[in-house]
Amino acid sequence: MMSKLESKEDKMLEVQFVGDDDVLNHILDREGGAKIKKERAQLLVNTKKIIKKPEYDLEEDDQEVLKDQNYVEVLGRHVQESLKNGSATDGGNKVYSFQNRKHPEKMAKLASELAKTPRKSVSSNLKSDPEITIDIPQCSKGHSASDKVQLKNNDKSEFLSTAPRGLRKRLIVPRFHSDSESEYSASNSEDDEGVAQECEENTNEVILSEQIQAQNRVVSAPVCKETPSKKMRRDKTSDLVEEYFEAHSSSKVLTSDRTLQKLKRAKLDQQTLHNLLSKVSPSFSAELKQLNQQYEQLFHKWMLQLHLGFNIVLYGLGSKRDLLERFRTTMLQDCIHVVINGFFPGISVKSILNSITEEVLNHMGTFRSVLDQLDWIINKFKEESSLELFLLIHNLDSQMLRGDKSQQIIGQLSSLRNIYLIASIDHLNAPLMWDHAKQSLYNWLWYETTTYSHYTEETSYENSLLVKQSGSLPLSSLTHVLRSLTPNARGIFRLLIKYQLDNQDNPYYIGLSFQDFYQQCREAFLVNSDLTLRAQLTEFRDHKLIRTKKNIW
Amino acid sequence: MATSSVSKGCFVFKPDFKKRKISVPIEDYFNKGKNESEDSKLRFETYQLIWQQMKSETERLQEELNKNLFDSLIEFLQKSHSGFQKNSRDWGCQIKLREIPTAALVLGVNVTDHDLTFRSLTEVLQNNVTPYVVSLQAKDCPDMKHFLQKLASQLMDCNVDVQSKEKESVQVTQKKIHYSMDSLSTWYMSVTQKTDVKMPRKKRTPPSQWQSPPVVLILKDMESFTTKVLQDFIIISSQHLHEFPLILIFGIATSPVVVHRMLPHAVSSLLCIELFQSLSCKEHLTTVLDKLLLTTQFPFKLSEKVLQVLTNIFLYHDFSIQNFIKGLQLSLLEHFYSQPLSVLCCNLPEAKRRINFLSDNQCENIRRLPSFRRYVEKQASEKQVALLTNERFLKEETQSLLENLHVYHTNYFLVLRCLHQFTSSLPKYPLGRQIRELYCTCLEKNIRDSEEYASALQLLRMLAKDELMAMLQKCFKVFKSSSEKQLGNTAKRIEEFLAQFQSLDAEAKEEEEDTSESQSKGLQKTDLYHLQKSLLEMKELRRASKRQTKFEVLREQLVSFIDSLAREYLLLPETQPLHEVLYFSAAHTLRQHLNAAPRIALHTALNNPYYYLKVSTSHLSFHFISQ
Repeated sequence: MMSKLESKEDKMLEVQFVGDDDVLNHILDREGGAKIKKERAQLLVNTKKIIKKPEYDLEEDDQEVLKDQNYVEVLGRHVQESLKNGSATDGGNKVYSFQNRKHPEKMAKLASELAKTPRKSVSSNLKSDPEITIDIPQCSKGHSASDKVQLKNNDKSEFLSTAPRGLRKRLIVPRFHSDSESEYSASNSEDDEGVAQECEENTNEVILSEQIQAQNRVVSAPVCKETPSKKMRRDKTSDLVEEYFEAHSSSKVLTSDRTLQKLKRAKLDQQTLHNLLSKVSPSFSAELKQLNQQYEQLFHKWMLQLHLGFNIVLYGLGSKRDLLERFRTTMLQDCIHVVINGFFPGISVKSILNSITEEVLNHMGTFRSVLDQLDWIINKFKEESSLELFLLIHNLDSQMLRGDKSQQIIGQLSSLRNIYLIASIDHLNAPLMWDHAKQSLYNWLWYETTTYSHYTEETSYENSLLVKQSGSLPLSSLTHVLRSLTPNARGIFRLLIKYQLDNQDNPYYIGLSFQDFYQQCREAFLVNSDLTLRAQLTEFRDHKLIRTKKNIW
Repeated sequence: MATSSVSKGCFVFKPDFKKRKISVPIEDYFNKGKNESEDSKLRFETYQLIWQQMKSETERLQEELNKNLFDSLIEFLQKSHSGFQKNSRDWGCQIKLREIPTAALVLGVNVTDHDLTFRSLTEVLQNNVTPYVVSLQAKDCPDMKHFLQKLASQLMDCNVDVQSKEKESVQVTQKKIHYSMDSLSTWYMSVTQKTDVKMPRKKRTPPSQWQSPPVVLILKDMESFTTKVLQDFIIISSQHLHEFPLILIFGIATSPVVVHRMLPHAVSSLLCIELFQSLSCKEHLTTVLDKLLLTTQFPFKLSEKVLQVLTNIFLYHDFSIQNFIKGLQLSLLEHFYSQPLSVLCCNLPEAKRRINFLSDNQCENIRRLPSFRRYVEKQASEKQVALLTNERFLKEETQSLLENLHVYHTNYFLVLRCLHQFTSSLPKYPLGRQIRELYCTCLEKNIRDSEEYASALQLLRMLAKDELMAMLQKCFKVFKSSSEKQLGNTAKRIEEFLAQFQSLDAEAKEEEEDTSESQSKGLQKTDLYHLQKSLLEMKELRRASKRQTKFEVLREQLVSFIDSLAREYLLLPETQPLHEVLYFSAAHTLRQHLNAAPRIALHTALNNPYYYLKVSTSHLSFHFISQ
């Protein structure tokens, strides 16, 4: 907008004072006029009458495209730069952050711009792929009309011939919205195909980052669903605002919506996944080994700092379990130490305290509450200054330990002079667990240990997203239980199941009340008293087949 | 033994009892696991010595700073309790008796430091006012029952003396079921009467001067108590106040308004609140810095970057002195851990002694120091050769250099304080209000090159006489207080300036007379031409005199004197040979360990793995090996 204004003034060669409002009106008017013209042109195209466009309209478009291109260029460069020197020191502005999506229309525009360059590379890369040959005619079919326009225009004006491909794309996009939509989906599927193929081939080659970026952008662009005319109207008023925000928007990283659902490959079962993964040979093993050796040199320093009253927390990408395990085996052989697997789903502060009191301190009594137990431990450690205890906690930020109270208790333990804590965290927002009070209890020294090793042990308690959830285990146990039931009991269960299935679409369904159920069972001659029914239901409940709520009974 | 299992998450490892006995001394960890282990034992000992000194110094400072606050608190407690003591029938006293005396202690948001304050407060109160001091935290008292239980159990503990310990503890365990205010007051009655009868408590004499010492209840974090518990407790205890003399102390982190926000009027009217303000944490920091770093008492110094990191963490993250001291401890540790020559970082005579015992390797280390190399290059060629080949000569030279460094520091801090006196009260504070800001600027670059310094001098040239005099007085005191002889000359100069300014008064009077004379001359009758001429003359005279007032001349002299001081003494530490021995400069390490950014680390690891993989292959000087 600014450049336009300047160029206009250059022509006039006359300086006069213009109020801000006037400038704004002026710009809006001009913009409006242009848009209306465009609209008309589009109408004409839609009726498939090929008409020479007004020259200045093209100029206008050209300018805009060029501007957009500059913007895109900047954007691309920026992303690459951040890729090249994303060192740990350069500020937080390039780090993933919460971002709200830009205006969808703008995004669509941008995406179409972005799509043009990488597409070439994609197609050249995947030339051998049969899919692409299908894709290309699709495209050309969709845009045959517009191609004609382009051809004509090519003859008549040199603007288009010199203009980059982006311009042509831009001319196309708003006109054939339904087509462009199909085009997007086509490209999506094509990309998916590519990825799926890569998965299948199991090539551990590093895909060119550029290509990935390009694909990401194509996919991430939401499809514009508004009609062109609507869009124009919106544009008129919001253009200035948008330009402003565009100029001032700092985050250039787009969120990818490439999810697992887009994979064409069906989910695997555990065994095949395991087999597939085991085939992949680890890359950069030499470098990783060296990295680990560097961390191992720190072991003595860690011991020193632990003894001087600090506690150590490890962060960084990759499983730190092996590292801590090596630390344990090399340094802690002669000391009492407790290893705590935070990732273990059944872990709790209570169990940690129990293992300290029972196994470390050999105390056989029980405690009324966790706090009492903590007090007892603290007193014990304060009394016996020769007692030393190392706590190794893998994943201090796990689901079970991240609660405020657990952290408070562990913090109080770690603040003792003769309890030494070394822990690892993995969650992005793990430091948010600790307020100032807890931080001063922990007295952390942070160590960055990026290991890039797999979280095999940590994730072994969880289901992989790639594995099919069959539900075969609960089903088989169910059949076992059912087989051992009496016919009447089976009937009761069947009644209950039927009721449940009948109501499964009802959002307000809260369950079946006991009285109703009793009535039903009586009518089916399954029970003769509510006592028998209660006994039966208790049995179901013990096998975790059903759940009951007190207030309904 | 394996540390993974499907059935448990905690694994205890206990080595054999015999093995456990052989515990490794901490020094061994200091020695091992690094390439340069020169004099590491000595280094570790020095570290521990300096750290202990610093720690005790900070504790002493803390005590000193709290003293004022505690004194006024004690006074308040005694005053408010005297009303209960007298038991007068006065109407005003009767009304007052219904109100619980309350001290609202505004401590600031640096919550982590409060613990220390409360601990020493409890100690002071127990020594001076009453044995019955109880402090409660919000997390212990989710409801009234726990509140009373904690209160009672702590009260009983307070009372327990050596002789009756066992009996009391038995009682405590028995009584742990439930408490009420009634039982508390009966307990109180019994205890006080018992002591009345016995009166043998000579150990804590001050409290026994009253027959019924008050019970002081400290609520450490008043804001986080639930309103209901607090309200109930206040209402109940105000009913029992005549038999159970309670005094409350609220620890408040935010602002005193919070009392009224939490408690309805009906409840807060039962309190007789007096406000106490603790020292702000920034001032605390200033004193800590002043006593730990801006002194020659501790040889260890921080470079500009490190100081910036530490103060930034303090100012932008937590306001916690504890944390700041922790940072200081870490930098001290890192310095001694990573710099082999830090063995010389001790007081001067000891360092000189140690130089004599330096090994050949250490001599090589000295020669490798960049600052020393620069120094050598400046010397004559024979001396260069001698320095680089002759160990003996090198050691002697090192001794003299270290001594120079010591002298440099003494002068540096004196001049810094002096300059601070001049610049701290200038309008807009071009060089900062606190001495640490000035120190930072001085460490960062040559202060005479900075714009702020120029503007500060400009402002100094515009000051009035009495302001300058006041500054000079303070400066003089600074120089007087230091026993060093080095800058005795300067002190004399300042005294002279003071005398000159004072003598200006007399001269000014004379001048006034002069001007009045000339004015009377101007009133003589003349013709127009002469009048004009004389007026012009007068104007010129005035202009000349304006430029040349004695005061202005003197002021100009003073400013140039200050400037010369700064030029001579406020040199960058980097320019001094062997500064690496005393200065810790690995700010990056410090920031990584204290103020880490896991988010950025993850981002980099995912986006740019080469940062970790490639860098590590090319050279080993990774971020964690400081320097």
